Amino acid sequence: MHNKTIAQLSAALHAKEISSEELTQDYLDRIEKFNPSVNAYVTVTAEQALASARAADKYIQAGSAGPLTGIPLAHKDIFCTNGVKTTCGSKMLDNFIAPYDATVVTKMTDAGIVMLGKTNMDEFAMGSSNETSFYGPVKNPWALEAVPGGSSGGSAAVVAARLAPGSTGTDTGGSIRQPAALCGITGLKPTYGSVSRYGMIAFASSLDQAGPMARTAEDCAMLLQSMVGFDEKDSTSVDRAAPSYTVDLDKPLDGLRIGLPKEHFEEGLDPQVAKVVEAAIDEYKKLGAEIVDISLPNTSLSVPAYYVVAPAECSSNLSRFDGVRFGYRCENPKNLEDLYKRSRGEGFGPEVKRRILIGAYALSAGYYDAYYLKAQRSRQLISNDFKAAFENVDVIMGPTAPHTAFNLGEKADDPVSMYLSDIYTIAVNLAGLPGMSVPAGFVNNRPVGLQIIGNYFDEARLLNVAHKFQQVTDWHDQAPEEFK
Amino acid sequence: MSLERSDVEKIAHLARLEIAEDDIPEYAQNLSKILDLVAEMNQANTDGVEPMAHPLDAVQRLRDDVVTETNQREHFQQNAPQVEQGLFLVPKVIE
Repeated sequence: MHNKTIAQLSAALHAKEISSEELTQDYLDRIEKFNPSVNAYVTVTAEQALASARAADKYIQAGSAGPLTGIPLAHKDIFCTNGVKTTCGSKMLDNFIAPYDATVVTKMTDAGIVMLGKTNMDEFAMGSSNETSFYGPVKNPWALEAVPGGSSGGSAAVVAARLAPGSTGTDTGGSIRQPAALCGITGLKPTYGSVSRYGMIAFASSLDQAGPMARTAEDCAMLLQSMVGFDEKDSTSVDRAAPSYTVDLDKPLDGLRIGLPKEHFEEGLDPQVAKVVEAAIDEYKKLGAEIVDISLPNTSLSVPAYYVVAPAECSSNLSRFDGVRFGYRCENPKNLEDLYKRSRGEGFGPEVKRRILIGAYALSAGYYDAYYLKAQRSRQLISNDFKAAFENVDVIMGPTAPHTAFNLGEKADDPVSMYLSDIYTIAVNLAGLPGMSVPAGFVNNRPVGLQIIGNYFDEARLLNVAHKFQQVTDWHDQAPEEFK
Repeated sequence: MSLERSDVEKIAHLARLEIAEDDIPEYAQNLSKILDLVAEMNQANTDGVEPMAHPLDAVQRLRDDVVTETNQREHFQQNAPQVEQGLFLVPKVIE
């Protein structure tokens, strides 16, 4: 059962070939057996999962079940889950029991999802390798000596290792797409404002967006359908009716105009990864797509602008962790200032501290214009590049990451080299566009992802474009040997 | 851009973040590298470009000024490090 997709499991549940309780138990058994080797779950909610599964089975028996009723799923530990520990990968929240559910969690629970547990992640979603987690790094199921990517590394690894058929992730600069690429699964970051941020622990509020991670585009479509929607509890939630993401999955791609930005194929890209991506583009030609060479001339601004905007917003957001109302508090504070400083100094790890410091610096008196304002102007230029490109093409494609999964420790001491891992994904967040990563092949048995970027609210087309590729390729069907 | 020890100490104070004395040189070095990366955006001419406030040019939504939440103080204070009679306790502020 664990090799089936969500769509196949949904059919099996509705045909009563298996019960949700049996399916959930099957996954719980696998988690017990395999999680120690990948460290992808930080919390397993076994009893709660079995209770939800039994409830789902009743709906299925009664004939009142939806497509996701009884489907097991893992939530990234950035989403608040009522009564369940929610750590965000940080010592700061090691003792935090969320007192309410994130809107994403509520909506998916209402759709009948069975939560298996919470997945490991880079601390406060700051990282591209999952090595900044307080709970230790996640291992890549394809090569246990390699990183799974980040920050949604646990969410990607549980799908790749068949420890859940799907998961939720969040993406601020590539945190769904890059781990999806490095773990050989499918992941989608929706248009900014599509999925509610309420109850999703904030990193950089103008960039953060939640999305689905699963084996196939079809599964992502099913999950996304349950996640999107206006939420008055999120001040940047977009009030817009969601289309059906599944109805057009099979639409032919004849005449689809695919833009290839030359800046995504230049220096810095591993030539072997380039070959895999070019082969994927060739598949699209066979499917009837037309290839258009385009340019996104301000691409080189995206990483610099991001490392002002994201840290600035992070330093502001993370000021709420003060050791007073919730979270970690230091021992024996001398006075209030000592309490703030030591609670934060002891509760946050080095990468989070670096970003808070960069943000505090960029926002400090006298520096605002040179950093934050300049970055927001650069962001407009990056966004304009995409607007111009989408006048001539339907989607933009290229590699998700410049390389395959690197080894644990390889980049851990060099933050700047780590940041460049997100060079192709970051601009999409700065512009607020939707983007996907789809398995496109392997280099030395490590997966390669194809990034597909769409225009605002064009998720249905992205999923259609990804699904058609998955009908003629089987990269997304492959499982790492040890986890078959 | 090269940050000195005193710069790191100043920012860390602004952010109310304790950095161990021995770690400051490493922070200064890494933060300087990050600021060098950030400085690459100075190559772009952004004269006359409007700073981007929101990708979809959305504006802040308003709502009626009415109470929508119920009081759940005890529930929320279960996560607090130290409370007494519904109050959050901190070290004495006024001597």
